[in-house]
Order: sequence, then structure tokens, then C-alpha cells
Amino acid sequence: MKVSIEARPVSPSRGRRLGAFVFLAPGLTYLIVLLLVPLALVLSYTVFQRGRFGGVVYEFTGENFARLFDPLYLSVLGTSLKIAGLATLIALLLGYPTAYLIAQLPRKWKTIALVAIVLPFWTNFIIRAYAWIILLSGPGLVNSGLQALGLEPVELLYNEGAVVTGLLYSYLPLMVLPLYAAIEKLDPQLREASANLGASAFTTFRKVTLPLTVPGVMTGCLFVFVPSFGNFVIPEILGGGKTAMVGNLIRTEFLKARDWPFGSTLALALIAVLLVLLLAQAWVARRA
Amino acid sequence: MFRTRVTRRLPAAAAAAGLALAVAACGGGSTNSAETAPQATAAQLNPNADLAKQSLMVTVWDGYTPKELQDMVKKELKISKLDITIHDTNETAMTKLTTGGDSGIDVAFVSGQYAQALNEQNLLEPIHAELIPNLSNLYPEATQLSYDKGNKYSVPYTWGTTGICYRSDLVKTPPTSWNDLLKPPAWAEKKVTLMTTERWLALPALKSLGYSVNTAKDDEIAKAKELLLAAKPHLLAFDDTTFGDRLIKGEALMVEAWDGWCPTTDAKQNIKFAVPKEGSDLWVDTMVILKSSKNKEAAHAFINYILDPEVHRWAAENINYKVPNKAAMDKVKIAPGSLLGIKPAQLLDGEAIFDLGQASTKFTRLSSEIQAD
Repeated sequence: MKVSIEARPVSPSRGRRLGAFVFLAPGLTYLIVLLLVPLALVLSYTVFQRGRFGGVVYEFTGENFARLFDPLYLSVLGTSLKIAGLATLIALLLGYPTAYLIAQLPRKWKTIALVAIVLPFWTNFIIRAYAWIILLSGPGLVNSGLQALGLEPVELLYNEGAVVTGLLYSYLPLMVLPLYAAIEKLDPQLREASANLGASAFTTFRKVTLPLTVPGVMTGCLFVFVPSFGNFVIPEILGGGKTAMVGNLIRTEFLKARDWPFGSTLALALIAVLLVLLLAQAWVARRA
Repeated sequence: MFRTRVTRRLPAAAAAAGLALAVAACGGGSTNSAETAPQATAAQLNPNADLAKQSLMVTVWDGYTPKELQDMVKKELKISKLDITIHDTNETAMTKLTTGGDSGIDVAFVSGQYAQALNEQNLLEPIHAELIPNLSNLYPEATQLSYDKGNKYSVPYTWGTTGICYRSDLVKTPPTSWNDLLKPPAWAEKKVTLMTTERWLALPALKSLGYSVNTAKDDEIAKAKELLLAAKPHLLAFDDTTFGDRLIKGEALMVEAWDGWCPTTDAKQNIKFAVPKEGSDLWVDTMVILKSSKNKEAAHAFINYILDPEVHRWAAENINYKVPNKAAMDKVKIAPGSLLGIKPAQLLDGEAIFDLGQASTKFTRLSSEIQAD
């Protein structure tokens, strides 16, 4: 095949390519050094053996992957899916109406509402988790209130419900913001047209608003699900160490058990599950 | 001489990226015992070496030694430099000491079982007792620690045991047995915590069954697991960092606790500590000298300085840990109720925790099983 390279207007495109390279270089370097290389290392550790003091002994083994299918670890994976899924679902049910209402507010109030949504992020994550202990614990605020009303105290802390609550609280803003963005940019004329054509408010929501905001819903769900799924702080603090999620297992393998290869294998399993979800999201978003 | 060869059969994926080599070198060296040299004879040390030509790098837990230690040591020993690096757990110390060739660390503070494991990997310099005259300050019991009788490769810095820390004003009867935690009476339902760190998670169950804390027998670990699983629904939480606060707040009534962490001297609450009748462990944090150190004379002088009663008493007075130094403890004023008063002979009744090598994965599995149930 003969391509006449000389015929092309070389210099401007080369200049643009150079410019693109200069601008891309920092981001690319960042991605390669801090994402791809560590990922490659984690990936490579999965097929080697544990060193006595941590680290890796470079002798091949398939045992780490075999261990992954042990019912013990599968059940932890199942628990994590359940807890993260539940937190995401509730976040969606709470977040959608919130985002919808904010989008209807006058401009000034919109800003105030959005600031209020992100306000909790200004405080440290761990401190916010501990605040829930003060609220929910046996002698805590909620139970003192119940007792003052003459009711029996209830057990609110150190169970799966407390973990779901903690995750929901921590990541709810990540659900509201993309939903708000999706609902806000919706053309109000579409809804007006729907109403003019005789659709009820509910039908308009079901047939116009909801389908058009599906990409926002998917993004919000991912933003909540991904950090919830790998979380280990909330289960430890609010679950009282009685609930294990994948994140807890990975942390234990690396920091306590000194078993880097199996910790890496668990991390890989976590990445694989998230990758499947991302692909599903991309697929749904494209169809929507 | 210890040296890791990271490049041996380095994974192809990592080798492909040039940078990965550098990352691997600091992040994940191999610790293959086959590569370490056969038992080397102890180096001859020169008692008259010029310490001004030597510098030290010490790794220690944060807050475990006096803040002014650097200045004190430099002034007293006249060494050229003392660097202190911090590790948060034994595990991070191990990672520092065993990955990526020479760590540059001369003296490390690690728990007894880790000193034992390091020694088994031939990484420690034998202690040259003639260079540490202050060894004579130690209690006789402190030279009879089962993982290192005669302090051949480690010198104890602090020691203690694990027991039940409890609110004496709120319990109906003071705890005397590990079963008070494992099968709590009705008044303590959901007001009891056990520790999460695997060996201490297993300790109450193993001791209650009359087994060794160092068991690697599958059937014994399985029985301990049954006991812990039966206990789990009655527990408030698994916790090894905030149990003291839980007692003070009244959220918990009895907790498994290390003695140094049991707030018996808290002015507001009436908190006491008991070692259960089935027995417990003996934990020791030690100082070791690395074989790779090029400043071994200074390292010995450093340990000798720490064992000085005036220096060593700092730990008992400021971080509330017992020190195995008779001369130092004699100078410490022990407040009423303080656990500093536990006698060395009592401590020695406890069983020292050993490093179990590969068998330690059984305990990891145990703790995962308990958590996931």
C-alpha cells in the first residue's frame, strides 16, 4: 500500500499532536505510575506464595485462586454484595426525590441545598462514623430518648443494619449529585408537552423524566456501590467487628496475616466484580 | 549477611514496566530463607570502638520512648547521629526489616514472638552481654523468657499480660474465668467485648479449654472456634482499640484487655483488672540488633543506655507499661490500683506467645470464620 505521507499537511498536525502529548503527559504518567504499575504488581502477586513476614516468595502457586472459591470467602463476598446493594438501593430511593426537589427550587435555594448536601464531607469520615456510635449505642442518644418516652431501648448498633446505615449516610451525597445534574438539565418543555397531551404527573414521571435520567441513576448507583462494596472502616466501627466485608478481609490479609498474595487475590476479585458492574452500567447507559 | 534478590523470577508483568522494578524493590522483596547465608559466627565486637564514628537508626512504636531520646542518647553516648523511625504495628516493622535488602536499621523494637521469628531467619545479631552491663538491672525472671532464655538475641523493654478489665461497680460478681466473657451471665449480655487480633481472639477460648496459646493442632483450633461462635451472639463487639473507653462510658461491663490498656487508674470509674484462673499469656516487647547493622557497638551501647534505671523508668511512669527492670521499677511510685504492681513471678505464669510460621494462617482463617459467621 502506498500512502503519500508528504502530501499531508504535516506541520500543524504534528504541532497539535505535540501539544496533546504535553497536556496528556502529566495525567498519563500519573495513571501509569500510580494505577497501572501497582495494579500489575497486585495482579502478579496473586500467583505467588506468602513470605513469613509478609512480602512475596516468588514461587508459582495456583492455591490463592483455589482458596477464593472456599465457601467462607464466597459467603463474605455475598455479604458484601448484599450490604452494598442495600445501601445503594436505599440511597436511590432517598436520593431521587431529594435531587428532584432540589432541581425544582429557585436558583438561590438550589445552591444552598447543594452546599448542605456536600457539607458532611467537610468533616472527617471516621469522626462521622463515630458520631453514629453516640447516636445509636446502648446508652446513646436514640435509646435515651426512647427510654425518656417510657419505651424499651432497642439494639441499634453493631449489626448489619448499622453498617448499612453508616454506608448510606456516608455516600448519599454521591447519589444525589449526579441525579441532580441529570434532572436539572432535563428540558421542562418535555414535561409540559407530556402534561398538555393529557398524561398524569405520575405517567409523565414514569414515561418522560425517569427514562431520561437513567444514566444519572446508574452513575449515582455506581458512586455509592463501589466505595460501599470495598469499605472496611464502617463495618469495623459500626459493625463492631462482627460483620466481615471483602474490604475487611483484604485489610486483615495484608496488615495482620501478612499474606500479601491472598490479599491481592481478594483485591483482584473485588476489581473483577466492579468491572462487571461498570460494563453493565455502560451498556445500560448506551441503550437508554 | 542477609540479602534479598528481588529480580529472581520477577513476574513478567511487572518486569515489562521499567518502573515496576523500582517499586518492587521497595515494596515486595522476597524473604526466602534458602538464600540467607548459613549460620554465621558472631562478629567480634570492639568494646573500645569509637562511637563518634557510628550512627544509629532505630525503629520503634510511636510514643514508646521519650520524646527527647535523640538528644539524650547523642549527648550521653556521643554517637554521631540517632535516627528514629516509627512503625505502627509489628507487621509494618517486619516489612521494613525484611523487604528490599539492607534496611539500614540497627535496632528494632518488636514483640517477643517477632524477635524469635527474626532470629529463626538468621537476621539478628547475638547480644554481646559484656557490652551491656546494665543487663544486671533486669529481674531474674526477665532472663527466663521462654522464646529466648538467657536473652541470647533480644533484650526485653516492656512486658505484661492479657486479662479481663471490668467495671467493679457494675458487675454482679467479679470475673474470675475466661468463661465469664465467653458465656456471659444474663446481666452482662451484649456488654462484653473480645479482641479482634487473631492470636488474642483465640486466647480466651484456648485457655478456657486448657490448651496452649501456641497450639497448631487443627482439632484444638476447631474446638476454640466452636466456643467463639457460640459466644458471638452474646458479645457487644470485637474490639482491640477502644475497649477502655467502652468501659468508662458504661457501654461494656467486661472486656478482654492488655493490662497496660485497662484504665484502672481512671478517676471517675471503678475499673479493675483480673487474670483469669485458667491462665493467660505473657507478652514482651523487646529490643533486637540486626545482623546487617554496621554500628553494632553503638547499638549495644544504646540498649545499655535504655536499661539505665533513670531512662527505663520513663516507660512505666509515662505509658503505664511494666518494665522488666528491677532497678527502674524500684524507683517508680506505684499508684493504688495501678497494674504496674503485678509481680514478675505472676507474669511468668503466663504463656509467652510464639510465632507459628506457616501455621499462623490457621489463626487468620479462624478469625475470618468468626467474623463472617
